[in-house]
Amino acid sequence: MRVSLKTWFNKGDPWIWINAGAVSISLVMVFGLLLLIGVRGLAHFWPHSLMETDYLGENDKTTLLIGEIVETEEVPAEQLHAAGVQVPPGVDYMRRDLIKTGNRDVLGSDFRWVLADRMRDVRYPKELMTLERREWGNFYGYLVSVKEDGSVVASGSGAWDELQSRIDRALSLHDRIYDIEKQQIGKVNYTLERLRLKERRLELDGRKTPEAMAEIEAERAEQHATYEVLQKDLNELYQEIKRDALVARAMNGKELEIPLSKVVRAFQPNQMGLGDKIGFYFAKIWEFISDDPREANTEGGIFPAIYGTVLMVVIMSVLVTPLGVIAAVYLREYAHQGALTRIIRIAVNNLAGVPSIVYGVFGLGFFIYFIGSGIDEHFFPEALPSPTFGAPGLLWASITLAILTLPVVIVATEEGLARIPRSIREGSLALGATKAETLWRVVLPMASPAMMTGVILAIARAAGEVAPLMLVGVVKLAPSLPLDGNYPYLHLDQKFMHLGFHIYDVGFQSPNVEAARPLVYATALLLVAVIALLNLSAVAIRNRLREKYKALEM
Amino acid sequence: MNEAVSVKAPEIDFNTPQLKRHRNIRTLKDKMAKGFIAAGGVSVIVAVTLIFFYLLYEVAPIFESASVDAVASYDAPGEKGAILLLGMEEQAEKGLRLDDNGNVTFFNLKDGSVDSATRLPIPDSASLTGVNEGAPGSNTVVAGVSDGSVVIFKHTYNITWPNNVRVITPSLEFPYGESPMALDPSGAALTHVAVRDNNDYLLVVGSNESNKLFASFYEKEANFLTGDVTLEESSVTMPSVNGDIVSIQISPDTRWLYVATKSGKLDMYDISNKQSPDLIARVDAVASGSQITDMSFLLGGYSLLIANNRGEIRQWFPVRDKENQYHLQHVRSFQAGKAAIAKIAVEPRRKGFLVATAQGEAAIFNTTAERNLLQEQIVDGDVKHMTVAPRANFMLLQSQDDRLHFWSIDNEHPDVSWSALWSKVWYEGYSEPDYVWQSSAASNDFEPKYSLTPLVFGTIKAAFYAMLIAIPLAICGALYTAHFMSPTLRRKVKPAIELMEALPTVILGFLAGLFFAPFMESHMPGVFTLLVLTPIAILVFSFAWANMPQSVRLMVPEGWEPLLLLPVICFIGWLSFAISPAVEVALFDGNMPHWLKETIGLDYDQRNALVVGAAMGFAVIPTIFSITEDAVFSVPKHLTYGSLALGATPWQTMIRVVLPTASPGIFSALMIGLGRAVGETMIVLMATGNTPIMDMNIFEGMRTLAANIAVEMPESEVGSSHFRILFLAAFVLFLFTFLVNTVAEFVRQRLRAKYSVI
Repeated sequence: MRVSLKTWFNKGDPWIWINAGAVSISLVMVFGLLLLIGVRGLAHFWPHSLMETDYLGENDKTTLLIGEIVETEEVPAEQLHAAGVQVPPGVDYMRRDLIKTGNRDVLGSDFRWVLADRMRDVRYPKELMTLERREWGNFYGYLVSVKEDGSVVASGSGAWDELQSRIDRALSLHDRIYDIEKQQIGKVNYTLERLRLKERRLELDGRKTPEAMAEIEAERAEQHATYEVLQKDLNELYQEIKRDALVARAMNGKELEIPLSKVVRAFQPNQMGLGDKIGFYFAKIWEFISDDPREANTEGGIFPAIYGTVLMVVIMSVLVTPLGVIAAVYLREYAHQGALTRIIRIAVNNLAGVPSIVYGVFGLGFFIYFIGSGIDEHFFPEALPSPTFGAPGLLWASITLAILTLPVVIVATEEGLARIPRSIREGSLALGATKAETLWRVVLPMASPAMMTGVILAIARAAGEVAPLMLVGVVKLAPSLPLDGNYPYLHLDQKFMHLGFHIYDVGFQSPNVEAARPLVYATALLLVAVIALLNLSAVAIRNRLREKYKALEM
Repeated sequence: MNEAVSVKAPEIDFNTPQLKRHRNIRTLKDKMAKGFIAAGGVSVIVAVTLIFFYLLYEVAPIFESASVDAVASYDAPGEKGAILLLGMEEQAEKGLRLDDNGNVTFFNLKDGSVDSATRLPIPDSASLTGVNEGAPGSNTVVAGVSDGSVVIFKHTYNITWPNNVRVITPSLEFPYGESPMALDPSGAALTHVAVRDNNDYLLVVGSNESNKLFASFYEKEANFLTGDVTLEESSVTMPSVNGDIVSIQISPDTRWLYVATKSGKLDMYDISNKQSPDLIARVDAVASGSQITDMSFLLGGYSLLIANNRGEIRQWFPVRDKENQYHLQHVRSFQAGKAAIAKIAVEPRRKGFLVATAQGEAAIFNTTAERNLLQEQIVDGDVKHMTVAPRANFMLLQSQDDRLHFWSIDNEHPDVSWSALWSKVWYEGYSEPDYVWQSSAASNDFEPKYSLTPLVFGTIKAAFYAMLIAIPLAICGALYTAHFMSPTLRRKVKPAIELMEALPTVILGFLAGLFFAPFMESHMPGVFTLLVLTPIAILVFSFAWANMPQSVRLMVPEGWEPLLLLPVICFIGWLSFAISPAVEVALFDGNMPHWLKETIGLDYDQRNALVVGAAMGFAVIPTIFSITEDAVFSVPKHLTYGSLALGATPWQTMIRVVLPTASPGIFSALMIGLGRAVGETMIVLMATGNTPIMDMNIFEGMRTLAANIAVEMPESEVGSSHFRILFLAAFVLFLFTFLVNTVAEFVRQRLRAKYSVI
């Protein structure tokens, strides 16, 4: 059956198809975006093969080039020509590759664009190694020898195994150093600071008696003694970790001595089998979610950011759940259902649409500068002029986000309450229960999935929100976790790290954006996964809830 | 026989004390719960509305006027003699007076008691005939002596804290030596003087009774070993002036010399060549027929304030025209009553000034904001002198009867006004009035430019492009999903698109800024090919599909078309970008951004409105989609069936029946989407260059209100005008989104009511 163009148009089918196309485009966009984040984020951890090639430079001299190919693109020859690159005549496009050459300490930069047709003899030697370091980024090159106290202990084929065992030793020493520096000395410093504040407090209160001072001094002396011991241990450990070094040859032929204390991991990607690579992959993922960041957040893990986000969200939910539920119960069950309630309902609903940055401004002005400064004056005068609660911190960030997500919880809970059939309430009341009993024993349990939905949606929104947090409490790098072993354990006044802000900061404020980009994709993937999971569970709960009440209404 | 058996119901006593108590407890609990929930609910709601009032509370002070209060009044302390100069130090504790005998008296401003007194190093027989101050805040004073020489001194204040009490010790310093410098070789008294100095040079200008100008220019040479400064004099030729000189001023870079004469003429000389001064402009600086009474530089030494005897103060500054020639421009006028202006006192930290009139009134103005903040009667009769404290929080006036009046000023935010925020303002150094947002700069005498217009423009621009991309996709998609799509597919598609809404905008911003922006720059033709090819491809494919044999068409039931189109769209997407380089070479000389600039004259930023539009469109699509879909889906089915039964095609039903019925819902969807686009922060922050320019060009960036807050809020000083203006920006955003959402909500509720009737 042939359809003529005219009848086809007159029926209006093209428009329907165009509308269908809009749906398809939206779907392509959603899944394309998720795919992009997923692929880029997950590819970050895969051990990339190391390539070696003789590169024909501008002056027709070949140089050795070692690195990972990160990106490939076709460029119109015209553009290259405009940029001052010699282009062979008659060529319209040229392929160019972005090579991660690493070795920032030797070469000055991590990345380099090269033209594909100038690469001669691309090869993947098995002996090439990748060193992940604590500073200067990755190192790519050949292992020459391993040294102990300056003298060579292994070279040639045996050097690799020797290196691995010595790296393990250095890593365990590094862990001990970290433990002493961060945990134990941190604790001593924290105690000393508390003693100083205590002294200042006594002075302000006019209770600075010799007895009290003697007590403080005694404790101070004790802490100093602990510190001395720790410092001695630390010095010894530093001596030990300094022992080993490796010598490696970089792509420009220079031999470089790298102390093992600076090495995190050494591997030969071209030698790894599939099994090795998969093992390596998961080890890297584990490092990513469990380790501290290195090199201005561009390497290593994002554990403090995950920790900060989770903690902030937990405090926020603890605050927002009762407040939102009480407000919803009031609006739906107790308030007189008139014009005023309707207006309030609309207003609350609309607060969900107010830009989040406005909440940030409100939080900064009202909580931090107004309430926070007041708290400091009355409760923490000893620390002034440095603020305690009068500065951005975990507490204010949580409260600000609680206010931001309050409408979400109120609306969801109200919806749940509204869905409960009147007959159930009336049944309970008819049996003699008071209103409060009806509410507590019948209505609220039935509405609990709706509350759950509200809280989950609130958490999902809070976890992804960045703009207000930039004003009320996040930092790019927090020196310590907001929940630790030092009294009072939960430091509500501390600033914290946050996944969303981490993305913004590393992606846009970092000095080496190119090197940090894969990490940002990985962070974004983690954030998207968490939020998608939360949302999908909210949807699932909501659907289950609807089914349940459908049965009730029958 | 049969005895009626009566079963007696067991007696339950409901009124045992125990049960009574139990009931009372339950009632009490019920009441308590009610009270608790009511109190809690009301306080939560109140707390939420607090946002509105708090923002207002922070914003309100910027529109307040100034106020003044009398602190003290006393006879001029020290020796008798005509006062030539009054001064105050930073803390407004100590004051200074200089009389025509050369006596300098420091006194306590609170009560007029003398702190210390000294005489300038001038001959006993000589007296002072003219005084002028150097740069504001430098405390440098030049005094013309009756023997034709000048004395340059600085009044300095040393602060010490013995026993935790602040003690201010005033003293005089003579940076160029105590001996007067001869200026007029004929030895006539210098009636008007002016001085400018910095690390490299010193320029002194003076004029005598016969209106002849004299000048000395000294270059400073520091001895490397001892650090001593020696002055190297070079001769300066001065122009001759017609008319009685009222005031002389030198610009800070000593390039311009301004001379005002009584008849109302203002001369501007270029004296960068010290040998041949060049008259650049001669203008009538005041209204014709009136006389100049005082002239002073505004902070920064760029603008001149010229007062006349009819209460008008005019602001003039040099403006460079297109030929790079300077001319003097009358920028704005201020009116302080009708009486003659006796004295102008310039605020040393802001672009503001005070005037005193011959009727004893004081008025406070701000130039940038064009505000008259206060006009108040201070004394009776003429004011002889007036000065303002460095922090502009106190003023000191001398009345006709030689009494000093010390007043406090409360004037926190003079630099903000409706016109400064929303209208074009002629800023210093600009060739024409303009909208500019520039809240801070390195130098102290910077004129803050607080025009919110470019930010609002940027906000609207970003929202416009976002809506441009979002509206067609979201509404068409919603119409299809709600009306044509098979229910099975709809249950999958709707959550998928709504999942987009949950995506953190920081991720969208990051992808837009770091992935999409560079990608688009290198594949620009591809983007446009995609826009053109996609609809064509969809139509071609669908027409082809309609002509497929039935057996093939029936493989895909109606309502599943989007799945059929998925591969088509993916293919078109791939094709567009694959042919992009070829198109670029063929049509755009291989570099489209460059071509745009060269051929069309459009500037191209990598992070531009198109990128923001796409990213923010992405963020807005689910909002609009979801609400529109709900509205369309809840159009009562009998309307649709009726229409179809009467022979309308599905599309006719859609357009003529469903769409009009659902249109209020679609409207509210658009409103809510717009609200979201306007307030979005992270995407704009990351995907634009954040430059506050006003240009609708799709290939240039912008700065929005929300992004501006995020960028500047952490650095702004608490309580400053800048801080409060950022609050104002937040308030504007709040109000806008709140209103838009409320309108949308009302429309939606009306729609719901309508459906229930149908």
